[in-house]
Amino acid sequence: MSVNAKQPVEEGHPMEELLRMDRSPHIWCPPCGLGTTVTALATALKQLQIDLNNVAVVSGIGCTGRVAGYMKVDSFHTTHGRAIPFALGLHIARPDMKVIVFSGDGDLISIGGNHFIHTARRNVDITVICVNNFIYAMTGGQVAPTTPITAKTSTSPYGNYEHPFNLPLLAASSGAVYVARWTALHVRRMTTAIKEAISKKGFSFVEVIAPCSTLYARLNKLGSGLDLMKFYHDNSVIKHGVDLREVDINYQSKVIVGKFIDIEKPTYLDCLNEGNKRVFGDKYKPYGGGNGDN
Amino acid sequence: MKADPSCVLTGAHYLDGNHACAEGGIAAGCKFFAGYPITPSTEIAERVSQRFPLIGGVFIQMEDELASMNAILGASWGGVKTMSCTSGPGFSLMMENFGLGIMLETPCVLVNVQRGGPSTGLPTLPGQADMMQARWGSHGDYEVIALAPDSPQESFELVIHAFNLSEKYRMPVLVMTDECVGHMTEKVVIPPAEEIELLERRYTDKKPGEAWPYDPSEDGISPMLPVGKGYKFHVTGLTHDNRGYPVINAEAQEWNVRRLMDKVNKHVDDIIWLVEKDIEDAEVVVLAYGISSRVVQPAIARARTEGIKVGQIKMVTVWPFPEKRVRELAEKVKAMIMVEMNYGQVFLEMDRCIAGKCRSRLVGHAGGTVHNPFDVYNAIKEAVK
Repeated sequence: MSVNAKQPVEEGHPMEELLRMDRSPHIWCPPCGLGTTVTALATALKQLQIDLNNVAVVSGIGCTGRVAGYMKVDSFHTTHGRAIPFALGLHIARPDMKVIVFSGDGDLISIGGNHFIHTARRNVDITVICVNNFIYAMTGGQVAPTTPITAKTSTSPYGNYEHPFNLPLLAASSGAVYVARWTALHVRRMTTAIKEAISKKGFSFVEVIAPCSTLYARLNKLGSGLDLMKFYHDNSVIKHGVDLREVDINYQSKVIVGKFIDIEKPTYLDCLNEGNKRVFGDKYKPYGGGNGDN
Repeated sequence: MKADPSCVLTGAHYLDGNHACAEGGIAAGCKFFAGYPITPSTEIAERVSQRFPLIGGVFIQMEDELASMNAILGASWGGVKTMSCTSGPGFSLMMENFGLGIMLETPCVLVNVQRGGPSTGLPTLPGQADMMQARWGSHGDYEVIALAPDSPQESFELVIHAFNLSEKYRMPVLVMTDECVGHMTEKVVIPPAEEIELLERRYTDKKPGEAWPYDPSEDGISPMLPVGKGYKFHVTGLTHDNRGYPVINAEAQEWNVRRLMDKVNKHVDDIIWLVEKDIEDAEVVVLAYGISSRVVQPAIARARTEGIKVGQIKMVTVWPFPEKRVRELAEKVKAMIMVEMNYGQVFLEMDRCIAGKCRSRLVGHAGGTVHNPFDVYNAIKEAVK
C-alpha cells in the first residue's frame, strides 16, 4: 500500500444525515452484523422519506443496545430489557412520532421478555427490531434464550441443552401485526421489512439473524463472521407466510426467513379511544399529546 | 402557571390518602400514569383510571413495576407530566429504573404507600421501613428528594409539591406515604385551580444543533430538550458528558455523579421543609415524619403539661436530611428523639448529625401499627432524666 496514494476528495458519509458521525468509530467488532442492520434501518428511514425529527430510537443494553447512541435522531439508551416499556411511554406521549426499539435477543426476549409479549398483546404502535446473534455478546458470550441446542457459550461450555425461543412464533402469538425474519446477509429484503414494519400501524417485529464472530463463531469453531454469512447464504430458505411452528432455529440448521405475518388489527390507542368513546361519548377527552411547547 | 380548572375538583371532600394522592397528581397536570396493582397503593391507580378519560389523560396498567417506572420515564421525555405509585416489593422492582430516571434527569413523581416488610411482609398494614431504600435503593451514588405526608390533605398538597420539585430539579421525586395515611379518610379541601401554582418544564431556549441534554447552567439544572423538535439528542443510563454521550472513565464519572448530587445539595435550603413547634425553649426535640408525626403529638402534649420542655419537628421532606438544623439543635438541647415505624433508618442520619452533642434516642418498631403514644411519652421522660 502506498502512503503516497492520492487522498480521496473529502465528502460526507452517505449516511451522515442519519448517523452521529461525532461518535465514530463505533464499538462493534469488524465482522459483526450490527453495522449492516443499522445501515438497513438508516436506508429504510431515508427511503421512507420520513421527517427525521419525528423518529425516536430506543435501545436496551448489550451490543445492539448501543444502536440508539449512533442513530442521529432523538434516541434513548435505557436499562437492560426495558427499552420497550420506555418506548411505550414515549409513544403514548407522542403518538405522532415513529418510535423504534432496536435491541438484542437477550435484552428483548430474556430480561425484557415480559414487556415484549405484553406490548405485542396490546398492539402498541411501535416497531421492534431484534438483532439475534444467539448469544450474550457484550458480557462475553453467555448462553441466551435463543442459543440453539448444542451450541457452546461461555456458560454452556458443554453445549446448550435448553429449548430456545422461536421469536417469530412468540411475537405472532403474542399479538404482533407484522412479523418478519431476515439475516444480516439479506440487506435489501431486511431493509424492505424494516420499511414495512415502520409503516405498519401496530406492533411490528423484525428479527435479524446476525453473525457474532468474536464469540458465537469462535466458541463454536464456525470460522469468521464471513463464514457465518456464507452459511446464511447456503442455508437460508425464504418461506413467506409459513406456519410459524416450523421456523425454529436449530444448531447450524436451515434458517427459514421471510415475511410471516402482516395483518390489520386496532392498535392500543385505537382501542383506548374507541373503548372510552363507547362509554363516555362526546364527554370523552382524548389525550392531546405532549408537544414540548408548554 | 396555574392549574387547569378542568382537572381540579375544587371543594371540600371526604377522601382517603390514596385518592387524595391521585387528585394531587391530576391537579398538578399529570396526564400519563403507568402502574401495577399492589396493596396498599392500588386506590391511587384506580382513582386515576376512573378520572383520566374525562380530562385527557392516559392511564395504563403495565405488566409489572419495572415496566411502570420505565413507561413514566419514556412519557416524561415525551413532554408529559407523569406519575406512578407502588408499595412494598413493587418499590424494590422500581428501584433499577428509578436510577435511570435519576441518571437521565427525568421529572416524574413516584408515590410509595409503605407497608410492613421485608418481602411480602404486611401488605395491608403500615410501615415506614422503606426510608433508607428511598434514599439508597438504586445502585450508585445520587441524591433524592422524598416527601412524607401525614394526612389525606397533605397527600394532595405534597403530590403537587413533588411535581413542582421534579420539574424544578429535573429528577424523579418520591412521596413516601404509608398504609395508615393511604387508607385514612378525612376532610380534604381542594382549592380553586387559580390558587394552585404549578411549575412547568424548563426547556432549552437554544436552537437545534446548539443545545445538549446536560448543558451547564448557573443553577446546575440543565433545561431539557424536547423530543420531536429536531434536537436529535441522545441520552443514556451510562456515565455521560454534557452531550449525553457515553464516556467511560473516572473524570466523566466525577462530572456526572457530582452534578446529580450538587443539584440537590446546593439547593437544600430551598428543598428542605420542616414544621417546627415549641422549639425555642425545648430541652427535648421529637423528630418524626408522615403518620408518626401525628402519633407523637399526644405524647408531646402530655409531657408539656408536666412541665417538660419538649418541641417537635415534623419533617415534610425526609430526604435531603435536615443536617444543618439537627446540628444546630444538638448544640442547644438535651436530647433528640426520632420516632419512626422501623428499627432505626432516618434515626441513623439524626444520630450522625447529633455527633454526640446531645442524647440521641430512637423510638422505633417493626410496623404493622402506628406507635403507642405512651412509648413516645416514656422516651421523652427518660431523655430528660
